[in-house]
Amino acid sequence: MGTFAPMADTTTPSRVPLVEYLVLDDDEPHLIANECTNCGARFFDRRNACASCFHTDFHQVKISTRGQLRTFTIVAFAAPGVEVPFVSGVIDCDGTSVRGNLRNVEPDADHVHTGMELQLTTYSLGTDDHGTEAIGFAFEPA
Amino acid sequence: MNDIWILGINMTKFGKHIDRDVVDLASEAVMAALDDGGVTMADMGVLAAGNLMGSGGIGQQIQKQVGQTGIPVYNVSNACATGATALRTAIMSIKAGESDMGLAVGVEKLAGVGLLGGGGRAKKDGNEWEPQGRFGAVTSTDGRIGTDTMPGVFAQVGMEYGHKYGGADFELFAKISEKNHAHSTLNPLAAYSKRFTLEEIMGDMMIAYPNTRPMCSANCDGAAAAVVVSGEKLKTLSLEQQRRAVKVSASVLTSDPWQEACQVLPDVNTLTRNAARTAYEQAGIGPDDLDLVELHDCFATAELVHYDNLGLCEEGGAVDFFNSGAPWRDGSLPVNVSGGLQSKGHPISATGIANIWEVCHHLRGEAGDRQIEGAKVGLAHVIGLGSACGVHILEKSAA
Repeated sequence: MGTFAPMADTTTPSRVPLVEYLVLDDDEPHLIANECTNCGARFFDRRNACASCFHTDFHQVKISTRGQLRTFTIVAFAAPGVEVPFVSGVIDCDGTSVRGNLRNVEPDADHVHTGMELQLTTYSLGTDDHGTEAIGFAFEPA
Repeated sequence: MNDIWILGINMTKFGKHIDRDVVDLASEAVMAALDDGGVTMADMGVLAAGNLMGSGGIGQQIQKQVGQTGIPVYNVSNACATGATALRTAIMSIKAGESDMGLAVGVEKLAGVGLLGGGGRAKKDGNEWEPQGRFGAVTSTDGRIGTDTMPGVFAQVGMEYGHKYGGADFELFAKISEKNHAHSTLNPLAAYSKRFTLEEIMGDMMIAYPNTRPMCSANCDGAAAAVVVSGEKLKTLSLEQQRRAVKVSASVLTSDPWQEACQVLPDVNTLTRNAARTAYEQAGIGPDDLDLVELHDCFATAELVHYDNLGLCEEGGAVDFFNSGAPWRDGSLPVNVSGGLQSKGHPISATGIANIWEVCHHLRGEAGDRQIEGAKVGLAHVIGLGSACGVHILEKSAA
């Protein structure tokens, strides 16, 4: 990815992640999860209690940026405003399942196959009226 | 023990009902189910009603058309398992001893609704990235972080099975759809009853690979209703009513237990396996005893995984099961002889009673051209995302 010039106004963040569980740290963007301290179940959103064991203590963990494609679909028909075609998949990132799109690969069944090795990548979603750039994540062939 | 029987049951024609609303459709099914059972609203001790897309309170709206007797009404909502949930609610009332006869109905108007599940939050025109919701998302995540659309979700469900066990490709999934569309040609109540060649199915408009348009459930209008009765009460009814009654050998509803990946792709497997296991235990039978199955083929990719989840084959053996010809109507275990949701149609809340109507029709020997000869035991399965799964096992009356 390219570098991002900092904004002059330091009270406004120059970049925001598409979702809170994407961390844009410096040159190593990654995903984070709330991990149950009792059973190790991981959640990308907040939970009142663990859905697996009902304990209530969580800590943040970093998710591996490498993974393997476990399943996918190529969406050709979607809601208005959603660009098609795109590849949606579930990526097994070292034991944690992550949902995401694939980028930098042709969106057809000749180029996308389950089991392929992938790595996390980020991309710009555009800049708002305040000059803040939103950054999304996806996976690309490793 | 309170054994439970289906006394009367009906489904309307599925399809486009332009000049009729959900109350009209539901009332038609209710009155026909009462008539089929030889009873009236005066005999009903409970009403459970399901409808997802309407204005709410469907049960009381139906009562205004068919008879207001003051009985308790339960309006239920459980995604695609809503119809099965309504039926199970009436059954639970009888099992609890609160009533000896009850009515369940499901109805939906979905013709022309289009794609279900996609969209999410629209991108704001105000053009400010502002985190919102449980993920602090600055814009809609549908299409940016995977897909929310039903064809896409269930495509991934089928492709995951293929990744795990092999043998499931685009052509295999299309062949499943070919079977169900072929079956539908014998069902006069199906929304679509046109046979497609494999080439036509694979060459049709792609919705979410590998599901093309004919491999997706058909949005349509329809209703289905059932009258259930306790075994004790049934003994007091006529011999003809006893002869046509169908035994509910198992009635099971499950939700999805936590699994590692369930937060990113709904797990439709575990809750179906759990429901099937419990249902076979309740009924005291196994999959080998089944003469026909109506399962939730909301997409061709879903039908494959449920062969396995319902124990119709060995674990991992769904592709071989299909390729053996077993689930065709002349095979060893016919699946979706109604045409399934891909051609019969899927008016969501009606589906979980309509599939039971189909099975009852065969067990009573009243299925006409599409009768599975000698059918004695059948299974009906639905699953709704979120998730909820209903499994009912039905047996022909010995009377």
